[in-house]
Amino acid sequence: MNKSILLVLSLALAIACGKKEASAEDNYQPGGGEATTEAAADPASYDPKRGEGKYDTVELGATLDQAMATKGEEVAGVKCTSCHKMTDEKLVGPGWKGVTERRTPQWIMNFITNPDPMIDKDPEVQAQLEICLVRMPNQGVSDDEARGILEYMRKNDGVK
Amino acid sequence: MKNKFVKAILVIVLGSALFTSCKPKNSGDAVSGDAAQRVYVAPGKYDEFYNFVSGGFSGQMSVYGLPSGRMLKVVPIFSQDPESGWGFSEETKPMLNTSEGFIPWDDQHHLELSQTNGEVDGRWIFANANNTPRIARVDLKRFKTAEIIELPNSAGNHSSPFITENTEYVVAGTRFGVPGDYENGDVPINTYKENFKGHISFIKVDKESGKMDLSFQLRLPGVNFDLSHAGKGKSHGWFFFTCYNSEQANTLLEVNASQRDKDFIMAVNWKKAEEYIKAGKGKIEKTKYAHNTWNDETHTGTSVIKDEVLVLDAMAMKDICYLMPCPKSPHGCDVDPTGEYIVGSGKLAALIPVFSFDKMINAIGKKDYEGDYEGIPVLKYNSVLHGEVQKPGLGPLHTEFDGKGNAYTTFFVSSEVVKWDIKTLKVLDRVPTYYSVGHLCIPGGDSKKPFGKYLIAYNKITKDRYLPTGPELTQSAQLYDISGDKMQLLLDFPTIGEPHYAQAAPADLIRNNGQLKIYDIKKNNHPRVAKGEKETKVVREGNKVHVYMTMVRSHFSPDNIEGIKVGDDVYFHITNLEQDWDVPHGFSIRRAQTAELLIMPGETSTLNWKPTKVGIVPFYCTDFCSALHQEMSGYIRVSPAGSNVPLSYSLGTNLPASSTK
Repeated sequence: MNKSILLVLSLALAIACGKKEASAEDNYQPGGGEATTEAAADPASYDPKRGEGKYDTVELGATLDQAMATKGEEVAGVKCTSCHKMTDEKLVGPGWKGVTERRTPQWIMNFITNPDPMIDKDPEVQAQLEICLVRMPNQGVSDDEARGILEYMRKNDGVK
Repeated sequence: MKNKFVKAILVIVLGSALFTSCKPKNSGDAVSGDAAQRVYVAPGKYDEFYNFVSGGFSGQMSVYGLPSGRMLKVVPIFSQDPESGWGFSEETKPMLNTSEGFIPWDDQHHLELSQTNGEVDGRWIFANANNTPRIARVDLKRFKTAEIIELPNSAGNHSSPFITENTEYVVAGTRFGVPGDYENGDVPINTYKENFKGHISFIKVDKESGKMDLSFQLRLPGVNFDLSHAGKGKSHGWFFFTCYNSEQANTLLEVNASQRDKDFIMAVNWKKAEEYIKAGKGKIEKTKYAHNTWNDETHTGTSVIKDEVLVLDAMAMKDICYLMPCPKSPHGCDVDPTGEYIVGSGKLAALIPVFSFDKMINAIGKKDYEGDYEGIPVLKYNSVLHGEVQKPGLGPLHTEFDGKGNAYTTFFVSSEVVKWDIKTLKVLDRVPTYYSVGHLCIPGGDSKKPFGKYLIAYNKITKDRYLPTGPELTQSAQLYDISGDKMQLLLDFPTIGEPHYAQAAPADLIRNNGQLKIYDIKKNNHPRVAKGEKETKVVREGNKVHVYMTMVRSHFSPDNIEGIKVGDDVYFHITNLEQDWDVPHGFSIRRAQTAELLIMPGETSTLNWKPTKVGIVPFYCTDFCSALHQEMSGYIRVSPAGSNVPLSYSLGTNLPASSTK
């Protein structure tokens, strides 16, 4: 019984990962974007508190930036909330309630803007993938948009 | 005259005898030992060239990688395509509109890559439709048909699309002589000589946007224009067209259009034609043609019917067009990279005449004419001839160049490609094809800068070549290495049928042209876009119902809809919310009367559906998108006409409460 569940799970994962694998190998980044070819990087060097991407630290205000949160809510409405609820309920992906308490701001910023390498390395994301079975897509979120989304998440978590 | 006719018949008979006997008995012999290695492209590696191949009677264009011969994509142009919804979705239907309404099929023969300074620039590729004369422009950033323009006064749009060296013009010559649209066409067919004319269209292309505009047409004698190429370098400013049926026969052409020993290559001084147009010598004629353009921000095609065209009577102007006699029903018309040599291929001739541009200019200067043809000066053959390639093979059709002084000509009847020296006209090498080869392609082989590494031959007949698939067999292409002195066969690959002309370019030129990965959803200006699930809704307007739906891995929003009635006209406007490379979703609904929609990341597309039966209708995603792809589905409840089931829609919650009853 257990074995068959595992089999189904791994099959599902294989399918979910299929499209990605083809392009992970690429020596070509169309559109002139920054090359993100750290696929072969040492997993030991991965910092689960920081994640992987361009953000080392993210300065948060003591209080909420209301304008930024509103902007973030708009972006989330187009690119995120089809899959994430604002509660702790899982939809396609995990609910957002409490995410700013569970994750560091830099981790969130890195994950939003650079999901694929983190899905491959982050132990907690991999555990999450076993539950959700859908890799979080790269939604082409810009730095500004990502910061707005983070502020919206803070608002959702009760920051005033 | 009679004698020549007998000779022509002899050539045909001989030809047909060779037709079967010339096919290579064991073409495996022609392949050298390491051919497999030379075409092997390891998994994850890219091909060196893109090969854009005309789809013939499929109406589409196929894209192959070279040297592997792997098919990468079929781009729908002139025929409806159920796989992508091209011509089925509401947005793409206008792209197949014509002056006679929606036309869902055509016959696509030739392709031409845009050029800058005579070199392939990787921006657009132009395609012709033979049957309902049209020219399309495919945008190579998106591999999508961006524009289609219909051609008035034309029939059998064969000698097209060929371009000038800076893509100033795309030209299109008519294969069939017919009365112009602005003339009375209700005439006896046997008044061909009197009433039938040929029109050649000059389509201007905007330098930046690529947008096309039918600038003017030349009115010419009713002959059959077959193929064409623009001059380049020194001959820039001229266009060359092969013409057959200078007999102006209208029945049993296989005999009656082969009477004369020579037909013509027509040289057109298009810069001179421009001057006459500027001087007001053209005449605006009434006609009707469609001009269809695709908008990348609204994801929608628009069709505009235009009602006049500027026509210049080239027969009345004595210095725009000149005819060069060319032996025996000329087909191919190819200009070498220097622009000096014009190769005509008389398809019934047993030699290849090569004309000299310098000699032609000289002869025109001296008015070295042997007479005129319906008002157009005919230059003396020997005054314009550079020379003839003697005994090259049977049935010469098309010639391309390697940029090293060599020409390569296909021979339909003797099924071979022959390499010859352009200056000395000596035959250097020959290889068999399998068989009845038509066009050939060398990457950049009709430009100023050929990439003379490979040659691809496009064959009409593949009898016994592949596993049989019934009376109809696949068409094929064959890849040859031409980097050395001797041509070497490397590979056969099947094609969608039937390949005519093709173009090829270095892969980097195309893939580094600023290719589009996704449609930016922020720039999606489709009038019925839903940017996010919050904007999804179902709106009734009389018997029209508009569903504003979104899709994302792995659900639709809404996924339950009630209150649709038999007799409704339902429009699903579906936006793909993904912003990730290569994650289209599909949409298909039970008993859809059209096709699926295949919607690219960030794109909006519309399917029209008219429910005819009461019941529950599921819809689902057709393109495997994630581990939960099978879950990506929904239901529509269809009630009887006049039913009072209220319109409702939902995702994740059962609505209305009454639906549980």
